[in-house]
Amino acid sequence: MTNSFKVDLFNAVHAFNATGIPAHTVSTADTFKAALYVTTATLTTTTTAYSATNEVSGTGYTAGGVTVTFGTAPSNTTTTAFLTPSASITYTTVTLSTSFDAMLLYNSTQSNKAVAVFTFTAQTVTAGTFSLTMPTNDASTGLLRLA
Amino acid sequence: MDESLLEKREGTIDNDNETTTWVEYWLEGELVHRSAHVQLKRAVVSFGETAEF
Repeated sequence: MTNSFKVDLFNAVHAFNATGIPAHTVSTADTFKAALYVTTATLTTTTTAYSATNEVSGTGYTAGGVTVTFGTAPSNTTTTAFLTPSASITYTTVTLSTSFDAMLLYNSTQSNKAVAVFTFTAQTVTAGTFSLTMPTNDASTGLLRLA
Repeated sequence: MDESLLEKREGTIDNDNETTTWVEYWLEGELVHRSAHVQLKRAVVSFGETAEF
């Protein structure tokens, strides 16, 4: 598999299906969002799309989460393609009283299709901020990598 | 509010998955503020493979 193909996968360049027009025929990026889920949610690699079931709720939090900024195009170094949001994912001035421990990254433009699930130690927030700081965008630590 | 009445509590969680810092402010036994900041260490990695023939 070529290295350029891995980057192309991030960019939806190739359409192998013979049944229709590829999803992306425009020159603008899709909108990606990050939603938080309480500890009783069961998000796994089998999750296919965003769902409001077991999503956190509370003051200052909007269902569906916040928009994620991908300001840097997918890239590759040798054999690994990588992509990382260009800013922290931040929920500002929220109160989330029920413990949550997962974030779903999903594509709100394409039928809310799931991209990835990230988990962390359960947290609550009281009239404060919850943020997910992004790792360095490279082949060894980038948030999304195709190796 | 007299900020001197606030009790600050903070902590760090550091494991293979994350480095998380949190801070709390308590006023007369009541939690009035809690923020948390997570730095993920584990990214999502998928491996592409091709077969030989």
